[in-house]
Amino acid sequence: MTISVEEAYETAGMILFHNFDIRAVTLGVNLKDLAHPDHLRLAEACRRRLADLGGRLVREAGEVSEALGLPIVNKRLSITPAAWLIEPCPEERAPLYLAQALDQAASEAGVDFIGGFGALVHKAATAADRRLMESLPQALGQTSRLCGFLNLASTAAGMNLDAIARLGHILKDMAAAAPLGIACAKFVAFANAPEDNPFMAGAFHGAGEGDCALNVGISGPGVVRAVVAQHPDCDLTTLSDIIRRTVFKITRAGEMVGRELARRLGVAFGVVDISLAPTTMVGDSVGRILEAMGLERVGAPGTTAALALLIDAVKRGGAMASGHVGGLSGTFIPVSEDLAMIEAVECGALTLEKLEAMTAVCSVGLDMFAVPGDTPPHALAALIADELAIGMVGNKTTGVRVIPAPGLKAGQAVDFGGLLGRAPVMALNPFSGEKFIARGGRLPAPVGALRN
Amino acid sequence: MERERVFVVVIGTDQKGIIARVSTLLFEHGANIEDVQQKVMDGTFVMTMLADVSGCKVGLSGLRQGLEEVGAAMGLTVMVHNESVVKAMHRV
Repeated sequence: MTISVEEAYETAGMILFHNFDIRAVTLGVNLKDLAHPDHLRLAEACRRRLADLGGRLVREAGEVSEALGLPIVNKRLSITPAAWLIEPCPEERAPLYLAQALDQAASEAGVDFIGGFGALVHKAATAADRRLMESLPQALGQTSRLCGFLNLASTAAGMNLDAIARLGHILKDMAAAAPLGIACAKFVAFANAPEDNPFMAGAFHGAGEGDCALNVGISGPGVVRAVVAQHPDCDLTTLSDIIRRTVFKITRAGEMVGRELARRLGVAFGVVDISLAPTTMVGDSVGRILEAMGLERVGAPGTTAALALLIDAVKRGGAMASGHVGGLSGTFIPVSEDLAMIEAVECGALTLEKLEAMTAVCSVGLDMFAVPGDTPPHALAALIADELAIGMVGNKTTGVRVIPAPGLKAGQAVDFGGLLGRAPVMALNPFSGEKFIARGGRLPAPVGALRN
Repeated sequence: MERERVFVVVIGTDQKGIIARVSTLLFEHGANIEDVQQKVMDGTFVMTMLADVSGCKVGLSGLRQGLEEVGAAMGLTVMVHNESVVKAMHRV
């Protein structure tokens, strides 16, 4: 059956008017074979491999974009969790040498970000894990394209409260390590971190992956908002169907880009991450989708239900469209990167507590939000523990990307500019969970995890 | 040679010479037009041409650039999408 003029126009209009794009193509690269006791040799070998593969990724992505007529916005690399690579290195500063080499490789290749400077410590940390954790403030503060992560909880293993308590202090140092606390914008604390996530800052190339895998993150909040706005009065079952059909279309385009790019690179195609990812461009907002559904503002009663409907419809459409849906595949609700979310915080519609409730139904967690600069380490740790508990018990991914904005108080804002946007500083509950965090130890895995 | 087809989507205000100028450029670059459709939608003129560009002498990027220049001269937006993408999005 031939394509009608309406269908061809719909595709063109998604890109022209509603910011549809392939948000990220992320090449996951195994570096385990490069682990070596000589930290300088390790760093140089990693730099060489990543600069080569990253350069090819950038070139081929440009050609695929041209050939298919679809914009590919970000080209990225993700690597084997860096803590594994420094295991054999006796040098205390090995993580910092590696961080500089990774950042250098990203710069040489022309990729936007490189992810994977992190560790999986959900049960306990090795000596190398601890060295890497302690290096995070300097490593992320002194580099521009490097992203870090820690996995601190899992449904199967429980939650590592000792590591979370320590992270509270590390985050304070990280906030002080670069202007505006921007190093914190390049770090995510996870529960149930996915091994094939193409989105930053939490991308890494996990233990179950092969030598290379090409993962794709599509995006189309603007496209979804437009179709929701075109149906202002239909019931919610019908609305779900409309969203599902739209997401099917954009996921198919993402899958095609991923497969073609993987073929040209000669690597395996990994997954399509169907997450809706907003930007600060007008209209490219997840919050606006929720408002188009009928909410006066994001954060109003009904917000969590609206988000649940949205993400379910996204999953239905995405799963139908792609054989390999993976990564986070939820809905990003970052504060600073979404105009509707920024406005909602500023007008008092959206509080931190409501944001936390929203993350119980979408897989991505508390993302890109600022708290007062004088927030104590134990309060940061408690905030993270709360959010990761939602992921651990709910058997899903949750993450926290928090910026304790240096010198700022609730009601002020930190403006990063560009894609990271502007984060209004959100008030924290003033009552303390310090003694709870100080107990330390391991929070047991939920009994629901015993499924075998 | 493997056949490669694209949809040329022209969006804007209806005026004389749109089909003539777009098709002339496609002809000059060695592309073969296989289908043409046009319609006014929400007050906007939309024309699509399905063209076989396998024999295109300047490559897809050169063709796209030429079409965008023709569009700009007439105050129109021109998009070029690979047929496979549009089909994947609209057909199961």
